[in-house]
Amino acid sequence: MALLPNKKGRFGPYGGRYVAETLMPALLELEDVYQSVRRKPAFKKQLSDQLKHFVGRPTSLYFAERLTQYFGGPKIYLKREDLCHTGAHKINNTVGQILLTQEMGKKRVIAETGAGQHGVAVATVAARAGLECEVYMGTEDMARQALNVIRMRMLGAKVTGVDTGSRTLKDAISEALRDWTANVRDTHYILGSVLGPHPYPMMIRDFQSVIGQEARQQILRLEGKLPDLLIACVGGGSNAIGLFYPFLSDESVKMIGVEAGGEGIETGKHAARFATGSVGVLQGTMSVLLQDPNGQILQTHSISAGLDYAAVGPEHCYYHDNHRIEYTSVTDDEALAAFHLLSKQEGIIPALESSHAIAHLSKVVSAYRADQVIVLNLSGRGDKDVHQVSEIMGWTGTEIGEDA
Amino acid sequence: MSRIEATIKNVGVMREKALIAYVMAGDPTLKASAEIILAVERAGADIIEIGVPFSDPIADGPTIQKSADRALLNNVSMADVLNMVKGLRKETKIPLILMTYCNPILAYGLSAFFKEARRVGVNGVIVPDLPPEEAKDFLPLARRNLIDMIFLVAPTSTPDRVQKILKAGSGFVYYVPLTGVTGSKLTGKDDIQKRITALKKLTDRPVAAGFGISNPEDAKSIGAAADGVIVGSALVQIIATAAENPDYLSDLSTFVSSLKTALKPAS
Repeated sequence: MALLPNKKGRFGPYGGRYVAETLMPALLELEDVYQSVRRKPAFKKQLSDQLKHFVGRPTSLYFAERLTQYFGGPKIYLKREDLCHTGAHKINNTVGQILLTQEMGKKRVIAETGAGQHGVAVATVAARAGLECEVYMGTEDMARQALNVIRMRMLGAKVTGVDTGSRTLKDAISEALRDWTANVRDTHYILGSVLGPHPYPMMIRDFQSVIGQEARQQILRLEGKLPDLLIACVGGGSNAIGLFYPFLSDESVKMIGVEAGGEGIETGKHAARFATGSVGVLQGTMSVLLQDPNGQILQTHSISAGLDYAAVGPEHCYYHDNHRIEYTSVTDDEALAAFHLLSKQEGIIPALESSHAIAHLSKVVSAYRADQVIVLNLSGRGDKDVHQVSEIMGWTGTEIGEDA
Repeated sequence: MSRIEATIKNVGVMREKALIAYVMAGDPTLKASAEIILAVERAGADIIEIGVPFSDPIADGPTIQKSADRALLNNVSMADVLNMVKGLRKETKIPLILMTYCNPILAYGLSAFFKEARRVGVNGVIVPDLPPEEAKDFLPLARRNLIDMIFLVAPTSTPDRVQKILKAGSGFVYYVPLTGVTGSKLTGKDDIQKRITALKKLTDRPVAAGFGISNPEDAKSIGAAADGVIVGSALVQIIATAAENPDYLSDLSTFVSSLKTALKPAS
């Protein structure tokens, strides 16, 4: 398999660097610094020490015995990214990027966040590095992920609400890009998913690939063979590519990325880019977008703030086109049912994002035999979603309603 | 020499500096935009930049973002704007430049866009999220259709990047005097003048500066070094009052002519 992306940051036709000239030198500097330090033993040691002692890696590959029994089919393993410090895979990337920030001598970091998990992960590493931190977050997301807003503030970050457009992740990214354009000389933008201009999709994939590297070793040790299927949810797609990437050359391993189907594809209220999207350029990269015939970006919908975005990472588009990875979607209701299912079967409350992967698992599991193995990326824990889900369930205040 | 380049140079021969005025198509309405453009021309603008609205304008500050949102509420599309230019060409000969982002152009169809732009009488295109590295498909089509691709030079551009940008572009060199989005506050004018003077030494093409130029004083001081100045957000702010201000068009004309006066030699 050819090494991707190419020097111009392209995955086939996707990717590239579509940004204002003001940012181009910063992107070139970031790429240079990243390429020059990534193989240096000192950098690798720093990164792996932090992943081990601060993040808590390796995360376990957990045999979900009751879930396996419940479905009565293949063995189901969960890659427990929910056990990472701060509660999701997002911190794998931020510990890497904060080292690069220090390498570049920049004094301030900014970030966008949807579900708030990336924002918390950036605020966390910024606090630890003693750097100023500002996080942009759509006001709609601030409302549904209030707990993470409080966490970021506790960690010393400034959280700036974005009140434009759909007031979600896309608008937060635009605002972060504008801040970076104004403050590019002393600020590094820690983007949180495999999106945006080159080198972000490549660099973030590399930082997240630790998920798949560990999972590959773990499953070989536990089962003595490779898994038959990998499943992960796809917003921008960083947890998915993190799990999938180290398995891409293993032809026997099937991979499915699960997008947010919202209220159903037919309603138009969803974030399933591969279902109804088309090629375009948004926020620095060429990928598959939800857009109208005039090239205006459509508003998206998902129960999960982390999947509620109009574009999907360029590398995913490439593997979609060449059929190496299959993409599908599940609805809000299906994700919610899966949220409850995993909580009750395994004693693990999953993030609503990860619940999309579980929901799709329940649809495909019957196609697999008992001697087969499925690995699902449990990208984050659901503590942040407790309030939102309790509202949906009608469990408000002290008046606990009917049991689900 | 292209029409845009010739226009700026001719203005220079008169010992004046060119005024390039930005107007968002479709704000407050498409019909009003055509009238605004003609009024701005009569008030002294030498070149008009017509904004084609995009939902996610990452190089624009709040003023132009809101203007684009208003235009999009009117469902203004690339096809509508091209059609408006066609109509305008019956009444004006001054250079018209479209300023928009990659995606509305790609959605229209790259080749179809340049063909139609030429047919209706567009002279140049500015795409702030298209650095020269990504313009490979754009440039031959622009050239074939005699349309200038105008690229931006930023204060952060390294010398090798400046060379790359100068080589790719035509019409004029768009100098952004600040790190930031449109409508930001301009500071350090002496330093900006020096940087523009240095840039002018590297090219025979005119250099026009824009982003943050919001009043006649700014225009005069930047125009002292540049061949032209571009004013956008300050005009859009006046147009934004259209709903409650029946005199917005004459306010706009007064403002534009004060900008142009600042770009003429003191008499």
